[in-house]
Amino acid sequence: MKFLSLSFLVCLAWSQLAHAVPEIEHWTTENGVRVYFVPAPDLPMVDIEVTFAAGSVRDEAASGLAAITLYLLNEGTPKHDADAIAEQFANLGARFSVETGREMATVKLRSLTEDNLLSAAVDLFTEVLTRPSFEAPALERLRQQTLAGLNYKQQQPSEIASETFSHLVFADHPYANDPEGSIETVTAFTREQVQAFHQRYYVAPNAQIALVGALTREQAEALTQKIASQLPDGEAAAPVPPVPELAEPKRVHIAFPSTQTHILIGQTGMTRDDEDYFPLYVGNQVLGGSGFASELMHEVREERGLAYSAYSYISARKRKGAFVAGAQTRNDQTETALSVMLEVIKNFIEKGPDEEKLAAIKRNITGGFPLRVDSNSKIVNYLTVIGFYGMPLDHLQKFNKRVDAVTAEMIQSAFQRRIHPDKLVIVTVGGDAQADNKSETAAETPAVNAN
Amino acid sequence: MRVIHTILLCCALGWSGIASANLADSVYEYRLDNGLKIIVKVDRRAPVAVSQIWYRVGASYETTGNTGLSHMLEHMMFKGTEKHGPGEFSRLMSENGASENAFTGVDYTSYFQQLESSRLALSFELEADRMRNLNLLQEEFDKEQQVVLEERRNRTDDDPMSAFSERFRATAYVNSPYRNPIIGWQTDIEQLTLADLTQWYQQWYAPNNATLVVVGDVDPEQVYELAKHYFGVLKPSPVTVLKPRPEVPQLGTKRLQVKLPAKLPVLKMGYKVPSLATAKPEDRWETYALEILAEVLDGDDSARLSKHLIRGEELAVSAGAGYDITARLTTLFSFSGIPAEGHTVAELEHAFYTEIEQLKATPVTPEELTRIKNQLRANEVYESDSMFYQGMRIGMMETIGLEWELLDAYLDNISAVTPEQIQAVAQKYLRDEYLTVGVLEPLPLPQTASVNPADHMVTE
Repeated sequence: MKFLSLSFLVCLAWSQLAHAVPEIEHWTTENGVRVYFVPAPDLPMVDIEVTFAAGSVRDEAASGLAAITLYLLNEGTPKHDADAIAEQFANLGARFSVETGREMATVKLRSLTEDNLLSAAVDLFTEVLTRPSFEAPALERLRQQTLAGLNYKQQQPSEIASETFSHLVFADHPYANDPEGSIETVTAFTREQVQAFHQRYYVAPNAQIALVGALTREQAEALTQKIASQLPDGEAAAPVPPVPELAEPKRVHIAFPSTQTHILIGQTGMTRDDEDYFPLYVGNQVLGGSGFASELMHEVREERGLAYSAYSYISARKRKGAFVAGAQTRNDQTETALSVMLEVIKNFIEKGPDEEKLAAIKRNITGGFPLRVDSNSKIVNYLTVIGFYGMPLDHLQKFNKRVDAVTAEMIQSAFQRRIHPDKLVIVTVGGDAQADNKSETAAETPAVNAN
Repeated sequence: MRVIHTILLCCALGWSGIASANLADSVYEYRLDNGLKIIVKVDRRAPVAVSQIWYRVGASYETTGNTGLSHMLEHMMFKGTEKHGPGEFSRLMSENGASENAFTGVDYTSYFQQLESSRLALSFELEADRMRNLNLLQEEFDKEQQVVLEERRNRTDDDPMSAFSERFRATAYVNSPYRNPIIGWQTDIEQLTLADLTQWYQQWYAPNNATLVVVGDVDPEQVYELAKHYFGVLKPSPVTVLKPRPEVPQLGTKRLQVKLPAKLPVLKMGYKVPSLATAKPEDRWETYALEILAEVLDGDDSARLSKHLIRGEELAVSAGAGYDITARLTTLFSFSGIPAEGHTVAELEHAFYTEIEQLKATPVTPEELTRIKNQLRANEVYESDSMFYQGMRIGMMETIGLEWELLDAYLDNISAVTPEQIQAVAQKYLRDEYLTVGVLEPLPLPQTASVNPADHMVTE
């Protein structure tokens, strides 16, 4: 037969893997901005991400300030108004965008690498980044847009559930707040606050640049130097305070006029540099992180048809993110679905993963590794994360080895030490329009046997 | 799609971009004796490949009372064959590190795997198996029906904007199957039977009604040999010619109001327009002109709706326009928006008309047109960064009955559009008699939307 045998295929897979992993080049600009670069010569384009430690954890009382500061960057500089900025980027075929989160504020540029285009796009990008004028009318307009966004969230039960969940898990910690802010805070903040936020955090010692594209090392150095040199000196952001542990279980139900109830279960999760990172990550893939291969999806959807999606994830941040398990089900099935989910989680923590399922998940993660880095946009995203969290530059090279090293015992131990079934936060949002906030008995012993 | 991502993905993606100017250099086409068409595009940037099977069947193939059939069948395609039991497909894929899923659109049903390229054989073996040997089991169907109903609640019933969009389409179209939701009406989903699915599967799932698209680090000849090995043994079926159901002419503006518990009012407007597939070859320029027209209004931040309505007059917090050139049937050139605080949907509607009148009265400036063409040219490069998207463009063209070669001509055809042609299509199609206007009018939500958990704590 002229078809490759399976064993041969597997060998081929491993031999090719080595070539799939991008080598990260790293240096620091003259004024201390960290740079992470991967050359990608095939397409005549470049992706640039400038990231500041200027996410919503820096908001203090003015929740939403980090986000609106970021959104206002391309609304005008002393030289160009918002229309001119948008038109120039379009003329150059360049794309400007921003991404806000709890920890990072990222400003992105995608440009063709033709000299005249790239150079002009980077000039405008740098101008927008470093000299926004934050004029009052633009702030008012963005304020209205943000308020509309917050109103939108209030008509979505999923958003209400996740907001409520964050507040319960993180309490007074800044991770609790919606990066977009709240109606009260967004209504209140002033232009001076936005300017002060930008002056404080959009500075060289608080910045890093990730770039992937058809550039030589010399071109990349020149380009990043050009951007970085315009960033003022200042101070890096202070460390994020630790996340307090939950002292007791909490259960909240919010009545909402929806046909489904949204269920979230969880508690604090892990840090990006957590010593349990790999056991928790791989373990969670078995529990609820890998779609149809995971326990939650199997028990909730495949066995019982209770929900369209059932999942869990553990978000890793500078400080502990959240462990979250979720599903949505028809209102009258809420307690059944919740019981099944709790049973799956408790069972997993108690017994650890099934050896066979663990082996399968490890093959899934390692076999799927090339897909993690198969495009410039995915690679630049990795660079931003690796740089921001100070991860080793060979993270990608060692990734599969670390996954392979995880054992069932390590997972069981990590979950038992970290996830406490007696201190879970449970949020349900749904029911019906008429319902008041019902008192429900907390699910104690699940009635459904989750096999 | 079976998980999380929206089944409307493709509609949302539309076809904003354009093909690589020299697709013909990197695309290889084959056809098996049983009618399966195979299109291979080489992209050697990473040792991976995406394999997509596109069936020419989707929601617009369904009839009244049977809506949601295609989507339900898509779900059941993961429920096993004679050879591989329920869930085996996903289990094997997962163990091989594949990322896989499926999605149903109005005009197609597509199944895909992204995986390390030397494992393509597994993907072909399993896809070929379920193309002809699906084992439709009652107990699996009973559960999956509930899953799809949950999906519908999640996606549509509990989301005011998508519930509104569903009603809007049902109003805009009279007899076109585009009036129905892809996921199906609730009562139709509830009443689907295993027999319906069996019949639907037999009717449409055959090699001569499918296109296999592979993009990635592959050798085209090897892909062809591999496909011949796995798919070549499948028997073709007589594929029914779909009876045409062209939308009857509209006889004046239609208006609808949807009242739902919500916080934000929404305005939608849609004009009936041709697509690339419905236009006569000599009129295809109209569809390219409509494509540019959508860019003039809503290409990016520099486009007119952002510039005039969101920034300039500050009438709207969001305002957009869109056109799906790849629709199989007569489609809508649509506008949508949310008025800013202190403004009404009526004002926003009026502002959209003002923009339309301006387009009819004055040709767009050469600068504006050059800017748009520059963006489209750049998009051509940017979109090459995603193998999935490259495959998707090819597959979508094929399933609406056009050749992928048209993608090659796209950039030329777009570049040839003149300001006068844009003006001409605005005058010809953006007219009251082709218009449907819809308003989502919010009903009050109960005062439970506070996210302060202390207000809702349940005592243990």
